[in-house]
Amino acid sequence: MSDAKLFRGEEKPTWCPGCGDFGILASLTQAFVGLDLYPHQVCLVSGIGCGSKLPYYMKANGYDSLHGRALPVATGIKLGNHDLKVIVISGDGDGYGIGGNHFIHTMRRNPDMTHIVENNQVYGLTKGQYSPTSPKGYIGSTSPEGAIEVMTNPIAMAVAGGATFVARAFAGDPKHLTQIIMKAIQHKGYSLLDILQPCVTYNKINTYDWYKERVYKLDAEEGYDPSNYAAAWDRAKEWEERIPIGVIYQEESRPTYEEQVSQLKDGPLYRQSLYQDRELLESVKREFM
Amino acid sequence: MVVVNNLTFKMGGEAGQGVESSGAGFTRAISRAGVYVYGLQDYMSRIRGGHNFFQIRVSDRDIQATESAVHVLLPLDVDTVNEHLHEVVPGGVVIMDAPMKVEDARLTDRGVKPIRLPLTEIAQREGAERGLPATTAKLMMNTASIGVAAGIIELPFEYIEQVIIDNFGGKKGSKIAEANVAVARAAYDESQREFAADFEYKIRPLEAKPRMLLNGNQAIAFGAAAAGCRWISMYPMTPATSISEWLASHSKKLGVVVKQCEDEITAILMAIGAAHSGVRAMTATSGGGFSLMVEAVGLSAMTETPLVIAIAQRGGPSTGLPTRTEQSDLQFVIHASQGEFPRVVLAPGTIEECFLAGQRAFNIAEKYQCPVFILTDMNQSTAVRAIDPERFDFDAAPIDRGELLTNEQLDALTEPYLRHKLTESGISPRALPGHEKAIVLTTSDEHYENGQAVEDPEPRIAQMDKRMRKLDLAAQDIREPLLEGPEQADVTLVGWGTTYGPIHEARVLLEAEGLSVNHLHYHDVWPLPKARTEKVLGSARRAVIVENNYTGQLALVIRMVTGIDIPHKVLKYDGRPFTGDQIAQKVREGVIAHV
Repeated sequence: MSDAKLFRGEEKPTWCPGCGDFGILASLTQAFVGLDLYPHQVCLVSGIGCGSKLPYYMKANGYDSLHGRALPVATGIKLGNHDLKVIVISGDGDGYGIGGNHFIHTMRRNPDMTHIVENNQVYGLTKGQYSPTSPKGYIGSTSPEGAIEVMTNPIAMAVAGGATFVARAFAGDPKHLTQIIMKAIQHKGYSLLDILQPCVTYNKINTYDWYKERVYKLDAEEGYDPSNYAAAWDRAKEWEERIPIGVIYQEESRPTYEEQVSQLKDGPLYRQSLYQDRELLESVKREFM
Repeated sequence: MVVVNNLTFKMGGEAGQGVESSGAGFTRAISRAGVYVYGLQDYMSRIRGGHNFFQIRVSDRDIQATESAVHVLLPLDVDTVNEHLHEVVPGGVVIMDAPMKVEDARLTDRGVKPIRLPLTEIAQREGAERGLPATTAKLMMNTASIGVAAGIIELPFEYIEQVIIDNFGGKKGSKIAEANVAVARAAYDESQREFAADFEYKIRPLEAKPRMLLNGNQAIAFGAAAAGCRWISMYPMTPATSISEWLASHSKKLGVVVKQCEDEITAILMAIGAAHSGVRAMTATSGGGFSLMVEAVGLSAMTETPLVIAIAQRGGPSTGLPTRTEQSDLQFVIHASQGEFPRVVLAPGTIEECFLAGQRAFNIAEKYQCPVFILTDMNQSTAVRAIDPERFDFDAAPIDRGELLTNEQLDALTEPYLRHKLTESGISPRALPGHEKAIVLTTSDEHYENGQAVEDPEPRIAQMDKRMRKLDLAAQDIREPLLEGPEQADVTLVGWGTTYGPIHEARVLLEAEGLSVNHLHYHDVWPLPKARTEKVLGSARRAVIVENNYTGQLALVIRMVTGIDIPHKVLKYDGRPFTGDQIAQKVREGVIAHV
C-alpha cells in the first residue's frame, strides 16, 4: 500500500500562512494514497504562480513549466508515456488567462489527465492584480477604479467546451476535496477540477467565510445526475448566492486522446525502438525515384 | 550545333492551372532519363490566380542551383510571357497555345522563336473522345504544353507517358490518365514533326542508376524519421509545413506521431513534453511561428530537455513574404529567448545535408540536452534536385542518445536521483520519469541539482556554469565549414545554408574564366567553428559574404566571434534565390573591378 510519507517533500512551502494551497497539497497526497499510487507513477506538471509551486513540496515526478503552459507540456508527456498519471496544477491566471487557449483545445482532445486549477480569483505571486476570475469591480494595483471585465466562468466554459469531467471543490473542506480529486483522477479522460482557494493576503472579498456561506454539495442533492448535460449547464451558471461543489458534469463514453493515436497501440511511445527497419528505409528512397 | 543535356525550362501560369503538378511531373520525367535536374518552384500566397512558375534546369553534371537563362518558356497565360520573355536566350523558344494574344514580333525581335500549336483544342479533342467533361478536358492544356516541350527536345515519349501514369495512380487503364497520355502524345508528335529539327537543345537519355528527386523539407523529415524521431507537433506555416505533411503521410509506415496544434506555442511545448518522457521529438515552423515559440526554447534549455526545431525561413519582418525565400532569421535564432544557454544551429546547404541534419540534430539534442535548430529557407524547402540514392547514408550518424540512463543503471541507483547533477562535462545523466528508483523533478526556475527552485547565488552559478560547459562540449559535434577550391585564392566567397548551391555555381563559372576563387560554406553555424574561420578568413585576400538578407547576418556573427570583418558583401533580399550567374556577375563588377 502506498503511504503519505512517500510523497513528503523536503522543501518547506513558501505559501502564506492560511493559504488554501496547504489544504490542496494535503488532499492531493491523500488522494494518491487512497488510489494506491506511488510517487514514480505520477507526473505533476505545473505552470507558474503560487499554486504551481506545489510540485516542489511533494516528492513525485514534477515538471514546472512556463506561466500558462502546463497543459501542452502535460499532453506531450502523456502521449510520450501514457503509463504515467499526469496531474496538471495551475492557477486561475495561469489556467484561464494566459493559458486560456490551451484550456479550450485540451478539452477537445480529452487526454486522460487531471487539471487542477487553484482558483483564488487574484494574481497572488505578482501581488494582487485582477485575474480572469476576479469579480467585475475588483480593485487591485492595476485596476484602481475596479476591473471592468466580467469574470470568466470556468465551469460553464468547460461544460460548453467538451470537457468530459467538470468538478468544483473548496479548499476549506479538505475531506470533500480529497474525494473529488480521487474521482477526477479516476475519470478516464480530461478532468477539470476548479478549486475555490482563498488568497488570504490579496483577495479580501472571496474569503473562507464568503465561500462557506455559499457552497453546497451536489452529491447531497437528491437526484442530481452529472451525466445530464442540461442539468449540469444549469448548475454551471450558479454563483453569487449559491455555489455548487462536487462533480458537475461527467461523460464516460468518449475515448481518450491517446486511445485514438494509432502509433500508441503497441505501448508507450517512449519505449518503441528508435531503429527503423533498413529495408523499409530503402523502400522510402525508392518512393522518390 | 546541338547542345545536349544542358538547358532550362520555365513553365508559368495562374495558380490553379497546374503549373506545379506539371512542372514536377516533367522534372521527374527528365530525371528518369538519367540526366541531372534542379527544379525551382515559385508561387504566390493564394490558391487561385496570380503568377506562379516552375523552373527546371537540366545538366549532365550534378547542379546545385538554377540559372537566369531560359531556353524553353511554356506560358499558360500571357502574364508569363510579359514576366519572363526577357530571360529567354536567342535561339530559345516560347511554346504557346495557338490563340494566345502575344505578338510574334516581341519574340522574333529577340531572336526567340514562337511555337504555336492548338494546345487547348488538342486537349478538348482528346478529352471528348474519351468522354471527359469539357472543363476537365480543357485543364489538360498543360499536359499538351509539356508534350510540345518534350517533342522539340526529343526526350523519348515513354518518359512522359510513365510519369503521367504514375501521377494518376500508377495504373494503366484510368480514363483520365489515358486522356492525358493521348494529349501529350498528339502534342509531342506534332511538335517533333514541325519544330524539332530547328531547335538545337536536346535531351539524350543517359545510362544511370535511378536517382531520387526531392526537396529539403522531405529530406529533413526522412532524415529525422531514419534517426528515430517519433513525434512532430506543429502548426501549419509556409514554407515549413511539408516537413510535417511528409511525416504525416509516412506516420503509419515509420511510426511517427504527427500532431497539429492550436498554435505554435502548443506545438513546441507538446514536443518538449514528449521529449521529456523520452521520445525523440521535434517541431517545424517558419519565422512567425518561431516568434511564438521563443519562450519555450528557453524552457527546453533550462529543463535540459532535448528538442529539435526545424525553421524554414521566409521573407520578413512580420507576415513579410509568405512564399518567398530569405535568410534573415540567423541572428534571431542564435539569440532567441531570454537569458544565456547552449544551443546548436545547423544550416544545411544541400538536400543531402538536409537529410544528414535531420539525423544529426537528434543525436546532438540528446547528447547535450539542449535545443537544436535546423535552419533552412523557402528555397531549400521547395527546390528539388536529382540525387544519387547512396548519398543518403543511413549510417552517417548512428543513433547516440548521450547519457541516457538505462533501466539497469537506474535499478542500481543507491542515492537519490539528481536530474541536474553537477558534472565535469556539464552533462547530467538523464532518467526518464516512471522508474521507481528515480524521481525526476525539473523546473523553468533556476534550480538545485535535484530540480528544486532556488535563488541563491552559489547553486545559480554552479548550474549556469554547468549548462554553458555543454556549449563548449557541443563544439566537438560541429562540422568545420567546407572549403571548396584552392586553400588560398584571390577571392573567397563566404555563405551558409541554402546559398551553397548558387555560390558553388558561381565559383564554377568564375574558375572557368581563369579567376582564382574559393568558397567557404558553413553547414553548421552555431557554435561558430572559430579556429577554422580564423584560419581561412584571417588570411583571405578578398573575402565576400553572400547572403539572402539585408544586413549580412553571418558576417556579423563571424565578426562577433572572431573580430574578423568581411569587407565585401553580395546581399539579396527581394525574396528570390540567387542564381550562380548573378553572384558571378556581382563578383566581377563589385569585387574584381574595384581592386
